[in-house]
Amino acid sequence: MSLPELGEEIRVRLGVLAREVKVAKGFVEVVTGRETLREVAKTLKEMGFDHVKSVTAVDYPKEGKIRVTYHASSFLNEELSRFMVGLSVDLPRDKPVVETLYPIWNSVEFMEREVYEFFGVIFEGHPDLRPLLLAPDLAEKKVMRKDFVVREESIYEGVPHEYK
Amino acid sequence: MGVGVGGACAKGEGKVYAGNLNVAAKRARDIILGKLKLGEVVDWATTFSLWPVHLVTSCCGAEFAATWSPRFDAEQYGALPWISPRQTNFIIIEGTVTRKMACALRITYEQMAHPKFVIAMGACALDGGLFYNSYNVVKPWEIVPVDVYIAGCPPPPEALARAILDLRKKIREKKMASNWLREGWRGDVEYPMPKEDPCKWWQP
Amino acid sequence: MSISEGTLGELRSKGVEVRRIDKEYYEIFIGPQHPGSGHMRFRVKLDGDIIVDADPDIGYVHRTMEKLSEGREWLKITPLVERMTIIDACNITLPYINALEKLMDKRPSTRASYLRVLLCEMNRIASHLYGFGIFGVFIGHSTAYMWGFGDREVFVELSEILTGTRLTYTYHIPGGVRRDMPQDFPQMVRRAVRYMRSRMPEYEKIFLNNPVIVTRLKDVGVITKNRAAELGVVGPTLRGSGIRYDVRLAEPYEVYGEIDFEVPVFEDGDALARTWVRVEEIKQSLNIMEQAIDWLERHRDEPVIPKEDYDKLPKLHKEVYEKSGRVKLLPAQISMKVPPGKAVARGEAGRGEIFYYVESDGGTMPYRLRVVTPSARNAIVFKRILPGHRLMDLPTVYGSIDYFAPEADR
Ligand code: SF4
Repeated sequence: MSLPELGEEIRVRLGVLAREVKVAKGFVEVVTGRETLREVAKTLKEMGFDHVKSVTAVDYPKEGKIRVTYHASSFLNEELSRFMVGLSVDLPRDKPVVETLYPIWNSVEFMEREVYEFFGVIFEGHPDLRPLLLAPDLAEKKVMRKDFVVREESIYEGVPHEYK
Repeated sequence: MGVGVGGACAKGEGKVYAGNLNVAAKRARDIILGKLKLGEVVDWATTFSLWPVHLVTSCCGAEFAATWSPRFDAEQYGALPWISPRQTNFIIIEGTVTRKMACALRITYEQMAHPKFVIAMGACALDGGLFYNSYNVVKPWEIVPVDVYIAGCPPPPEALARAILDLRKKIREKKMASNWLREGWRGDVEYPMPKEDPCKWWQP
Repeated sequence: MSISEGTLGELRSKGVEVRRIDKEYYEIFIGPQHPGSGHMRFRVKLDGDIIVDADPDIGYVHRTMEKLSEGREWLKITPLVERMTIIDACNITLPYINALEKLMDKRPSTRASYLRVLLCEMNRIASHLYGFGIFGVFIGHSTAYMWGFGDREVFVELSEILTGTRLTYTYHIPGGVRRDMPQDFPQMVRRAVRYMRSRMPEYEKIFLNNPVIVTRLKDVGVITKNRAAELGVVGPTLRGSGIRYDVRLAEPYEVYGEIDFEVPVFEDGDALARTWVRVEEIKQSLNIMEQAIDWLERHRDEPVIPKEDYDKLPKLHKEVYEKSGRVKLLPAQISMKVPPGKAVARGEAGRGEIFYYVESDGGTMPYRLRVVTPSARNAIVFKRILPGHRLMDLPTVYGSIDYFAPEADR
């Protein structure tokens, strides 16, 4: 099996559930809506994609959306373990709320927490949605969004007293 | 002021800090028998018991660990990483200190036994290094007073060993330990007060 | 199971004295100041000596690499992401370069691929030995620390000869590597391989077959096969649970497809099995190193960057390359533009699979760079596997997973 063949198989399997199935560099990209996300995930899991490698969010301020992508693959099925599927969903930037995929893929637990603290995406039904890496006061700023700008110059303005 | 221990080592002034055990023992005896002031004994003894605490702040810790490994063997300088801050007097900041870690650093520092010494290791601890504009990085010298800085990213184990020797020299020259004994604080460093509370995020 | 308020009220009305006694748990905080290379904190709830709940609080070394990389040029990102696992720097940056090559439609020259594989395997051994040493510190076996770190120096030194630094190499550039190997390098590699081979039985004797260690590790932190797949753990943790998954096998990158090696798999899923996987992997890496160095010796005069790139170099740069084998970067390479698109790449680092997602909008800097590191994916084990164990098993589980905090926090 090759990547385009897998893309074809997924397209047939998902039917109308998927808005778009295309072959990107290194993975098959599946775009779906907020309502059908769970169902698509369930179908993919039935096909044998048993874990998620990454939950990636990308911020597009110009289009006013945040795209959350679940990169899933397989451990138990050796044929499928050679490929990856990216299951994407577009969320509005001002109210990014989506149902969690935790019941389907347990492995998303920490990664969804990460997306929550960096982008402010709220995963409904997640058992333990708290900031993972950042201190809570910093997590409120949604640091990975494009409108949080890091300074270009150094944070060190002064020189330490006495450089002897 | 000679950096050696007074008259007993006038010849090797400024040279000998470690080495021949017999000579060291003889000198120690001379000192303790009253040739010299007790303060210098304290300084001398402190240089041989710098025990760093196990607080690995960042990736320079890889070289920190290698410094105590067989090839470099920093134990020969009288320094041995120890678990509990209560039994140590020396802390090595290994690189970046993040906002979360700053709290841990300050608490650990305050728990250590007096007199306390600090080595800041790596470009990150100096000036931010590669992460100079990161939003989650703080300046370690705003949290604790630093005695010796080491440049490099990461500094090789030799540099760390060298820094320990430098610190020992500094302790003897500036009489850090005895000053602390006499006056209750170290006059040669300013104790920084962090601008913002490093632990303000803490929610038990 | 709790009794509802209604039932309690019923009992009370019958004149029975009812008091609710909540079970008292003892809560302790472990870290971030503790022996071993851990900069993370656990909140552990104990019932007597048994862990009922463990909550890993990570992020003590979160240095915001994903955000910072959005403001750096493509090539300057390599040293940045390298810092998350400086003890495994080659493996960790290779998939990033692979993703970049996918976007740019570039293929590395074969010689460069072999050099990458060689350095990656040296790194893998060094990283396993590091983990081994730290594991020794955790369970109070300081011989393991001394041996692991002592033997690691062999491979650190080798990579210093090849690349010029001990840990942070920044060795890969799109389409090639930055330095050719020195003339007498093959002999050195062979000597190192011979030495390490002779050491392996000793490691097994003193550590893995040592009854004290076996008692401490056997049947501790068991992850079954299905559970491992469900939690998405990677690396030796996964292969110790009986799943034969290795990116070098599943999706051979570089020249791993042409190299002969085996993927050690152990079925038990406990701490001992994970340690065994690492030891067996060191042996396989030694084999790969030998094959790579044989090939490199046979094909000495191929360039380490693609032919068309080499032809484009100015005269001075060609001279430097001929004389010292060093590839000088061109200013245009620093400010290069990458065609828009998105690519993913994965690779097998010492601790497991590393995943990169790179998105370009056609500029000199990435639009988004996402990395998921092996330690970040293994962190979930603490939460799910620790409950039910005794407190004294915590260091064992921690050490056997070989968790490296800067890697997990990025
Ligand atoms: S100085 Fe370099 S090696 Fe040290 S902590 Fe900073 S980035 Fe890491």
